[in-house]
Amino acid sequence: MANANLASTPPLGEAAIAPLLPPAHSKTSATGEKAATRWTLIAIAIGFLALFVLLPLGAVFAEAFRAGFGAYWEAVSEPDAVAAIKLTLLAAGIAVPANLVFGIAASWAIAKYEFRGKSLLNTLIDLPFSISPVISGLIYILLFGAQSVLGPFLREHGIEIVFALPGIVLATIFVTFPFIARELIPLMQEQGTAEEEAALTLGASGWRTFWHVTLPNIRWALLYGVILCNARAMGEFGAVSVVSGHIRGETNTMPLHVEILYNEYNFAAAFAVASLLALLALLTLIVKLVLEWLYADQIAGTRRH
Amino acid sequence: MTLAASAGRWRWKEPSVIPGFGLALGFSLTYLGLIVLLPLAALLLNAASLGWSGFWDIMLEPRTLAALRLSFLAALFAASVNAVFGLIIAWAFVRYDFPGRRLFDALVDLPFALPTAVAGIALTALYAPNGPIGGLLAPLGIKVAYTPLGIVIALIFIGLPFVVRTVQPVLEDLDKELEEAAATLGASRFRTLRSVILPALMPAILTGFTLALARAVGEYGSVIFIAGNIPYVSEIAPLLITIRLEEFNYAGATAIGAAMLMISFSLLLLIHLIQLWQRRRFTHG
Amino acid sequence: MTKLRTRRLRTILAATAVIAFTGFGTGLASAQTTLLNVSYDPTRELYKTFNQAFAEHWKQETGEDVRIRQSHGGSGKQARAVIDGLQADVVTLALEADIDAIAERTGKIDADWRKRLPDNSAPYTSTIVFLVRKGNPKAIKDWPDLTKDGVEVITPNPKTSGGARWNFLAAWAYAEKAGGNEQAARDYVAKLYQNVPVLDTGARGATTTFVQRGIGDVLLAWENEAFLALQELGPDQFEIVVPTLSIKAEPPVALVDGNVDAHGTRKVAEAYLEFLYSKQGQELAAKNYYRPAKPELADAADLKRFPDLELVGIDSFGGWKEAQPRFFADGGIFDQIYKKGS
Repeated sequence: MANANLASTPPLGEAAIAPLLPPAHSKTSATGEKAATRWTLIAIAIGFLALFVLLPLGAVFAEAFRAGFGAYWEAVSEPDAVAAIKLTLLAAGIAVPANLVFGIAASWAIAKYEFRGKSLLNTLIDLPFSISPVISGLIYILLFGAQSVLGPFLREHGIEIVFALPGIVLATIFVTFPFIARELIPLMQEQGTAEEEAALTLGASGWRTFWHVTLPNIRWALLYGVILCNARAMGEFGAVSVVSGHIRGETNTMPLHVEILYNEYNFAAAFAVASLLALLALLTLIVKLVLEWLYADQIAGTRRH
Repeated sequence: MTLAASAGRWRWKEPSVIPGFGLALGFSLTYLGLIVLLPLAALLLNAASLGWSGFWDIMLEPRTLAALRLSFLAALFAASVNAVFGLIIAWAFVRYDFPGRRLFDALVDLPFALPTAVAGIALTALYAPNGPIGGLLAPLGIKVAYTPLGIVIALIFIGLPFVVRTVQPVLEDLDKELEEAAATLGASRFRTLRSVILPALMPAILTGFTLALARAVGEYGSVIFIAGNIPYVSEIAPLLITIRLEEFNYAGATAIGAAMLMISFSLLLLIHLIQLWQRRRFTHG
Repeated sequence: MTKLRTRRLRTILAATAVIAFTGFGTGLASAQTTLLNVSYDPTRELYKTFNQAFAEHWKQETGEDVRIRQSHGGSGKQARAVIDGLQADVVTLALEADIDAIAERTGKIDADWRKRLPDNSAPYTSTIVFLVRKGNPKAIKDWPDLTKDGVEVITPNPKTSGGARWNFLAAWAYAEKAGGNEQAARDYVAKLYQNVPVLDTGARGATTTFVQRGIGDVLLAWENEAFLALQELGPDQFEIVVPTLSIKAEPPVALVDGNVDAHGTRKVAEAYLEFLYSKQGQELAAKNYYRPAKPELADAADLKRFPDLELVGIDSFGGWKEAQPRFFADGGIFDQIYKKGS
């Protein structure tokens, strides 16, 4: 496919994804660092991650299994926990595809065209990142709550938005709104429009061009965006807490269920459900690794992933 | 290329052969409008009910100012730490091969996945005076949990993926030929790093830094457990919002929220403009 | 090759969507009489058993099945949720002020709701006691010990926690009586809060800070919470100290008229609240360490656990309608003591 890449040197990024390839810098070259520098940097990277990520994660798992495996299983299989897991998967299952479609459309508009107000649009996409979760939940209450302008209308027609599934989904979509677009935009901007233009010149339709030229070029960033979006969608606490209503077994998502268990002094069970969330996140990452392995031949052929 | 094509005549969109502009932009704007802008309008409308003077009364209250200062300073500090270490982590992952690299690579995303409350509880358990790390620091007279330092730790945790994940793809895409050229021309490794690699990575680092900063300013769930929440000392702005809500003072709560939103929005816009300017300079230069 | 993979990818996506939506389908509730009880945090254990008892009682009385949906959270947050449209049939909160707020802002609860049920609509009461570490190493016996140098007190933030407001008022009531005037009370609470290293947002959070993190020498807690913490977290590590004077905390219950009429659940909701005052309800309250409003109905063995102490009611503060704005509103006494202290 991408003939522009034929002449380029073997890309650096592959070392991060393809186990079959030789490491990018196994020997000191003009563009590498001395072994001492290299290992110092690696040590800093690992040390920092261990201190700030691995250790808290370890603490979660240690607490989760403190009461034994039986108690762990009981905590994650009890009806309220199962209901929370279902609700979380459902909310993420709606929010992620919605943001996926948006992410592709927005990055297509921003990366492939020049128009006024692009910077503003680009900034607006990031906006949900900068809003306190307390506020992100509150805005939907202000919009759809009983005291809002829309409140009486919604009540008359029996439409429940806040304190029900739609509110939870909306809050989740809001919080994870920028993730996929943010992954795609820089990449698509860098890739430019040359390949699409070539395909169109050769008579391909717009959809066909997107499906066969653009999509293969962005699919790794896309997958990455989906993974991050999904992780955050399942883990969101603050915003969902405001619109959930906390009805046990009904409108409690997994993070809220964790809070409930923790507040019942049921620490082992709370951390068990929390560890399940961590496992779900790890699972999506394993899917990513498997896909990368499956597509290793193609990754080697393209510049990007 | 197309930028200078139609000099003189003002138009809001440069012509392009690529189809789908209307659909893509139309859908994006509709979705953005419904999901983000409409609810935010409700927020601003609510804050506006205070009136201009009412708004300033709340914002200039010493306690509000103290909370805002704490939230922004702690976020700034945490984002800076993340920018430095995030860059090192991304560099190590992309450029070096070492055992366990994939595992650590996968770990980077965990702060997104772990509910913020769980992160807060886990960090507090670690850094409390009777926790494994807090216990080590306590004899040295360093208190982490229940101090502003604890807030910074929590914010580092939640912001780390932003920097690593924005720098990583750019670093992977970075053309090695430039580095080779620099080395051939006799530049030392450090000089190459400073004059070739860092400038190329700067936009990504800046983006990661800003996203981490923006996210950290508003963070509530993880901070609340580790902060101590003492007014004027360790009370963050989002907690103040919650307090206003508990007083059924929606307007006051939304006012603080709106102010934080404005500051963050200006920061984000500034960064985007810097990037735009850099890209222009790069393409023309 | 790419086509095949694309097709596979599509299959996976479709399968995920199907699974997600079947999950949704099974999550829907069946058509059965349900009640939603919106309550505050420390009542979890009480209502877990009470809801079951009521469902059995209702089945016996009427032959109908009723399912109680239960929601817990900070009292103020729960009140806000009801104001913003959470469809509560009954509210069982920590503070009268929170139910007043619902009544004022929605009109869904009658303004004189407090008179509609016996005992000011508080079927159970509690008080504020001290939880200290085993052996009481700092020798904390009464309120004056809390302001001593080197004593760390754990209490949640009165701005965000209903329980913490009772804590504050208990301290105030003691100091005002001991010192004889308001200034003495102000000085005392200002000094007390200088000894507070952490202001958690909720009562349970404060308990965790004290018990799990090992912070502080004394925890100000609801009596029922202190008993529960002792039972759940280790009777061998903590003990309860009862001060000479404390406050009579009355967590009230109310019917949300506007909602029960819309749901057609008035009868069962009324019966639910009345059942709190029945022999069985009062026994359950006492078992869960709440002081029953009608002690004669409860188990004598349970009652023996409650120590005797002088209790001051909220009425001595002029009721919540006066106490709330005076102490806890923006710029109120609680805010003032921090302003001076900084």
